[in-house]
Amino acid sequence: MTTKLRNLFAIGASAMLLAACQGQDASDTGSTGTDDNDSADTTETADFTLGMVTDEGGVDDRSFNQSAWEGMQVWAEDNGYSDDAVAYFQSNDPQEFVPNLNQAVQAGFDIIYGVGFQLTDAVKDVATANPDQHFGIVDSVVEEDNVVSLNFRDNEAAYLVGVAAAHSTQTNKVGFIGGIAGPVIDKFEAGFVEGVKSVDPSIEVDVQYAESFSDAAIGQQIAAGMYSAGADIIYHASGAVGNGVFTEATDRMESGSETELWVIGVDRDQEELGEYDGGNLTLTSSLKGVGTAIQIASNETKDEGFQGGENLIYGLAEDGVGVTEGNMSEEAWTAVQEAQEAIINGDIEVPEAPVAE
Amino acid sequence: MQLIRQHKSFLSGLIVPLTSILFGFIFGAILMLAFGYNPILAYQAMIVSVFQSPYFIGEALRQATALTFTGLGFALAFQAGFFNIGIAGQALAGWVSAVWFALAFPDLPRIVLVTLSLIIGLIIGALWASIAGFLRAYFGTSEVIVSIMLNYTALQITNYLIRNVLSESGNSTERVGENANMGFAWLSALTQNSRLNVGFFIAIIVVILYWVFMTKTTAGFEIRAVGLNASASRYAGMSAEKNIILSMFLSGALAGLGGAVHGLGTFGNIFTQGGLPDIGFNGIAVALLGLGNPIGIFFSSILFGVLNIGAGFMPNQAGVPDEMANIVIAAIIFFVGANYIIRYFLDKIAAKKEVTNSASQGGDV
Repeated sequence: MTTKLRNLFAIGASAMLLAACQGQDASDTGSTGTDDNDSADTTETADFTLGMVTDEGGVDDRSFNQSAWEGMQVWAEDNGYSDDAVAYFQSNDPQEFVPNLNQAVQAGFDIIYGVGFQLTDAVKDVATANPDQHFGIVDSVVEEDNVVSLNFRDNEAAYLVGVAAAHSTQTNKVGFIGGIAGPVIDKFEAGFVEGVKSVDPSIEVDVQYAESFSDAAIGQQIAAGMYSAGADIIYHASGAVGNGVFTEATDRMESGSETELWVIGVDRDQEELGEYDGGNLTLTSSLKGVGTAIQIASNETKDEGFQGGENLIYGLAEDGVGVTEGNMSEEAWTAVQEAQEAIINGDIEVPEAPVAE
Repeated sequence: MQLIRQHKSFLSGLIVPLTSILFGFIFGAILMLAFGYNPILAYQAMIVSVFQSPYFIGEALRQATALTFTGLGFALAFQAGFFNIGIAGQALAGWVSAVWFALAFPDLPRIVLVTLSLIIGLIIGALWASIAGFLRAYFGTSEVIVSIMLNYTALQITNYLIRNVLSESGNSTERVGENANMGFAWLSALTQNSRLNVGFFIAIIVVILYWVFMTKTTAGFEIRAVGLNASASRYAGMSAEKNIILSMFLSGALAGLGGAVHGLGTFGNIFTQGGLPDIGFNGIAVALLGLGNPIGIFFSSILFGVLNIGAGFMPNQAGVPDEMANIVIAAIIFFVGANYIIRYFLDKIAAKKEVTNSASQGGDV
């Protein structure tokens, strides 16, 4: 027994030793790339590279972060770059934002995007410390010369799905599930409620917040409550929390719900999440062109120079946000298109914050 | 608990956690091999990248700082026989109150403001934990369930305060002023602007104080005695109620101080939380790895800091996806948590040895 254990230790120790030796060799060759501060002219594989740091939702949240990452991958492909030209750094806790950004700075990307308002302070700090490095922030504004801010008129797209929900509800009651309450999600709530009320003020909108962008279990719980209380359509603006909303809806439909339930997706086309045995319950999705915006901003930087210090706002008119036709009825889709025209023409102005009650 | 006591010798105390860590790494390596990733490259990315750069060493130590406090907090209650799973909520309570105080009195001199903010965080964390202690002492409710519930209560209250009191419907408060800054210029310069701060030194002091308190004072002795055998302690004239509340109070105080240091030192503000801060639950793992020994907790915090910061390098330098990196970390934590199994086998071996020794030498033990 003792000898066995001793052998085990020996194996373990030699493995560690081996690993340590390996580490030494490789780090010598690798360290040239990590020389800091002259990142702009040391890119090797592609002549222009992008990095992104996710917020807590993670890169596979099927909405916000994923949309950004997909956009970057498409961008690399369009420009004929290999996969190495783009990379993401995942944050599992807010304390990882700054180290992740610094890791990206060390790796020497041309532009590093912080995806999500949660990264505002982190991007500001790291941008001030690295004035020669270009950064981008999504859904927030950082007023530094080396940061470009990308913002979206989410309220406009949310208004349109609100119109769609109002034209589709059978029970005259719809639900809204937000992620973490705050200025960004306020835009979704305000737009959605306004859109619903513009069609029929008598429709009740049940607004609830999950206080999370990552906890699908809470999403499912809230959705269960809303459906039980008589809502038949739920719009979620809550990142990965929404996965739970889809789970609850498909469960109920598959076990033979009396009313036909729908979910409205957010940020990217979430039609695939609405698949169930008897069809698809994704009514529509409000689209947020995080990926598109990153592509446009990156291409402009590559060709014309960095738009540092600017706040680029993408709305319906700029094709930065939009809606999918999804499984809407003919009537609902026509109404949505009319509303879209009206917003682009300026006939309808969608509020950015919910009306205080 | 009794098992911990049995291992008096320093060496055998060290073998258990080290074996756990080693097994964790080996298991992680097997997992990575099974899924077609190169474990050597991955571990190299994880360890070398951290130690190569003063910045990431600083960040690892910064993370270790908060974990030391939460780890000590958990260990203290654990020594008294309580499972304070509410560390995360107490840390959050400490965080929000320290930031609140620092924002409310920005003009106090720096040393006063930092000290007072930390003390406020400490007290609020302690009071928050005392709720669970009080209910346990006088009504016999399970401190585990109560403190889990208090975690969520703390989370929601914190988010409410941020939105409605500390900011105007925003998602984060203002940064605290320069007078509440816990950083040292020389420390930042040394670590290339990492967020390592004075909290690290406070943590070292607290480790020493914790050791003195638990081993040299009557109150510390009583807490340990209650943990070892509550009935015997009561029979010896110690008040069970007093010790339950005291241990939860002190446990929460350490957690609250950890939260305050984390909040002021790492972020300098507080923002709406999507979940409980992970320094809470990682603190529990750290305490278990350190086997309740303050020095052990300090070093296991550093290990956790390095692992956490290092895991971030695995995806982009070794091609190991983030999920895999997390699984490897979790495997290490799992083996750390399962160290009872390792200790069980070590005990068996030791017992066998003793038997053979005493048989051949008729020896004394």
